Amino acid sequence: MSTHQYCTFQLHGAVYGVAVHEVQEVIRFQEMTRVPRAHAVVSGLINLRGQIVTAIDLRARLGLPPRPAGERPMNVVVRTEDGAVSLLVDQIGDVIEVSQEQFEEPPPTLRAEQRDLVQGVYKLEKQLLLVLETRKLLNLSATGVA
Amino acid sequence: MGEMEEVVKEFLVESYENLDRLDSEMIQLEERPQDLELLASIFRTIHTIKGTCGFLGFGKLESVAHVGESLLSKLREGKLTVDEAISNALLALVDAVREMLKSIEDQGAEGGTDYSALVATLTALNDGKLPAAPKAESAPKPANAPAPAQSTANTPAPRSAPTTDGEPKLGRILVDSGAAQPAEVREALAAQSRGDTRPLGEILVQSGTMQPEQLHEALAGQSTARGNVSDGNIRVDVALLDKLMNLVGELVLARNQLMQHSGKDADPQIAATTQRLDLVTTELQEGVMKTRMQPVGTVWSKFPRVVRDLSKLTHKEVRLEMEGKETELDRTIIEAIKDPLTHIIRNCVDHGIETPAVRKAAGKNPEGCILLRACHEGGQVNIEIVDDGGGVPPERVKAKALERGLITPEQAARMSEREIVNLIFLPGFSTAAQVSNISGRGVGMDVVKTNIEKIGGSVDVQSVVGKGTRLKLKIPLTLAIIPGLIVTTAGDRYAIPQVSLLELLRLEPEQLASGIEYVQGVPVHRLRGRLLPLVHLGGELGVAPSELMPDQAINIVVLQSDGRQFGLIVDEVNDAEEIVVKPLSKQLKSIEVYAGATIMGDGQVALILDIAGLAQQAHAVSELKEQARSTSVASGAAVASDRETLLVCRSGREGRIAIPLSTVARLEEFPRSALELAGGRDAVQYRGEIMPLLQLSSIYGSAVEASEANLQVVVYTRKGRSLGLVVEQILDIVEEHCVVQAGTRRTGTLGAAILQQKVTDLVDVEGLVREHDPSFFDEAVLQTAGA
Repeated sequence: MSTHQYCTFQLHGAVYGVAVHEVQEVIRFQEMTRVPRAHAVVSGLINLRGQIVTAIDLRARLGLPPRPAGERPMNVVVRTEDGAVSLLVDQIGDVIEVSQEQFEEPPPTLRAEQRDLVQGVYKLEKQLLLVLETRKLLNLSATGVA
Repeated sequence: MGEMEEVVKEFLVESYENLDRLDSEMIQLEERPQDLELLASIFRTIHTIKGTCGFLGFGKLESVAHVGESLLSKLREGKLTVDEAISNALLALVDAVREMLKSIEDQGAEGGTDYSALVATLTALNDGKLPAAPKAESAPKPANAPAPAQSTANTPAPRSAPTTDGEPKLGRILVDSGAAQPAEVREALAAQSRGDTRPLGEILVQSGTMQPEQLHEALAGQSTARGNVSDGNIRVDVALLDKLMNLVGELVLARNQLMQHSGKDADPQIAATTQRLDLVTTELQEGVMKTRMQPVGTVWSKFPRVVRDLSKLTHKEVRLEMEGKETELDRTIIEAIKDPLTHIIRNCVDHGIETPAVRKAAGKNPEGCILLRACHEGGQVNIEIVDDGGGVPPERVKAKALERGLITPEQAARMSEREIVNLIFLPGFSTAAQVSNISGRGVGMDVVKTNIEKIGGSVDVQSVVGKGTRLKLKIPLTLAIIPGLIVTTAGDRYAIPQVSLLELLRLEPEQLASGIEYVQGVPVHRLRGRLLPLVHLGGELGVAPSELMPDQAINIVVLQSDGRQFGLIVDEVNDAEEIVVKPLSKQLKSIEVYAGATIMGDGQVALILDIAGLAQQAHAVSELKEQARSTSVASGAAVASDRETLLVCRSGREGRIAIPLSTVARLEEFPRSALELAGGRDAVQYRGEIMPLLQLSSIYGSAVEASEANLQVVVYTRKGRSLGLVVEQILDIVEEHCVVQAGTRRTGTLGAAILQQKVTDLVDVEGLVREHDPSFFDEAVLQTAGA
């Protein structure tokens, strides 16, 4: 029986996760340099020990309401072929191990902007874990510039 | 298996290098078919490839290389001479080997291509003139092996590698260095031929002719001359160098950060250590940059082949000359210019050089010449490609550009010949009357230009019909760390690459009304009589309203892109800094106004502006500049010779004066507290001397405002003596033809003229100085005479 490990985090009250092997590190809020004319989901650039990393606001990416003013996001830095990219989340959770039995396809009624990005749902004891597809999250070319 | 892969990889790297050299050697061989040294080198290369692939089990490659080797062996022994058929076959052999190596690299095997035709050709050539010649059996023995002079008393037996004909003989070296007399060497050689089996060096040492140390020295010299690279060089993976470069970049940033902090820190220990770190970092940066440098010749080495093949195909005779092969560039840049240069060379042969018949009719040498020249110039590398072909006919270019709708007839009428010739860089342009299969297939000169500009370079073409064309590329040395200017807009910092920067302007609030004018709502500034289109950085990026505040001074960064100028309005101009360029992630790559990002001394990220992209985005440089240029050409043509560059200043509250820039040594600013009296006159201390000051406002009797602002001083220097002219404000530098209006002369002026539509007094600087201090010029003479 196959199991998977996910790095979980919270966005707008719900629990999301990305595959743990994709995550390079989790860091607290960093000062960002905004990038004018960039896609609306790009929050800015952060300096990660000399490496310049683009930060993408997952709330905006998933079409969720913006983070309340004053709340500082956390960075979940994921590895990609193109270098590291940071995903801005509300709060960081645990690394959870789940089994294939708990898995279910995303419900067809999911909002259009989320459907492509959510790989599936794991039914945990108390809540649901929505697993995100990192590559699609980071591919902004398909969506228009806001 | 892992070890095996490593061996194969090394074999590939080495063979590729050898093949590149082979290409150029083969071409040289055609010119000098008797050159045994060349033949020997070619033979060695093929032999090495053959030997190694036999060992690695690449049978097919081995068999192809083998027939080539046999043929080469014959050539080397003088049993055959190089003719065109042979050199064609040998070049085909090089191609075949390259193809198989590529396939080994990609698929791990030699691939399915059938080379039996090539093998047959080579064998036939091999047998051709000497049908009785036996098939070369094994690895050929060193043909005309020289006296076994390489080994010494204490080195093991001679190596099995084929002996090289080209290397300097030991005897020669010994004689040249004075270690042995020619007669002694001759005697030793004679002994060898009489059957003495000892090596030459040993004979000489044992006969007491020279010391063993001298022999060792000579042998070391011989192996260096042999091109033996094993001693001083090692192979390094390029990826490792890239990584080192990145790390050095980070170290530079950390150093910058530390420097900022230690400035405030009083601890001398830390300050000293920081300084040392600074020095070491700078040296390390230079060192690592150097490791990435490659001579431009590495790209050029394949051009002789390109020219040869292409000239054969087009039935032309073309000679390629190269100058400055050793000029070094960063390897990323070398990579980036490879394709554009190849394209240009192909174009030269295909379109530039005429056929021998045409050239003869024009009274030229039937053999055309293409000259490649590279040199360093002011932190850049210039590469010129000069051909003595037919040149670019401007009429044809103009007609074509009009036909394609690339320019309007009005524009065409206004353009200079040089501008017209440069139209060949426009997208969608190709002058070749018929599209040949060599060049002119979609990829045009516009791609060349785009690629060169992408790495911060520029291209310019000059051409004389009937005489030839000269293409000039200017290319930066490196891309990784560049000098940049940091500016601030809407609270964010941006870096501007220094290569695009021309000058900085500042317009005070009271200058705004006259300083900024509008053409159809587009802001422009008159800079020395030309219209400079203005772009508001904040507005362009959408982070600030693009309207100008009427009560705020503005800073304009004058930039050049594409040979055209525009002014970028920013909130603040900060410092010039060395910036480490980092690429943007793919989510941001499509934004053309950024060239990358960098990390500032305080650890924050700043975006690097892409000036060409920004200009394009703003459409700043297109139409407006056209107009500006044509007006300036019209007014400039007639009076260009008697134009003068003048420094325009304000004297007193409203006086407008102009000082010829040729008399201005420097512009200085002094706090009012620095003002002292010397001999009852105003003076300041300047560079260890007392510099007298002249208040221009009091000389001209203009009304003066009481002010606490710093003194603005125009320094006039002659023969080591300085005098300061105090003005209220420096306004501008103008380049104009000034006509002094009659009857306007008053004390200390040459008269008044109209500059920028305003009455302006021209300062008689020397008159003023003489009046102030009649001995100024005499004494200066005396001083120099005494010195």
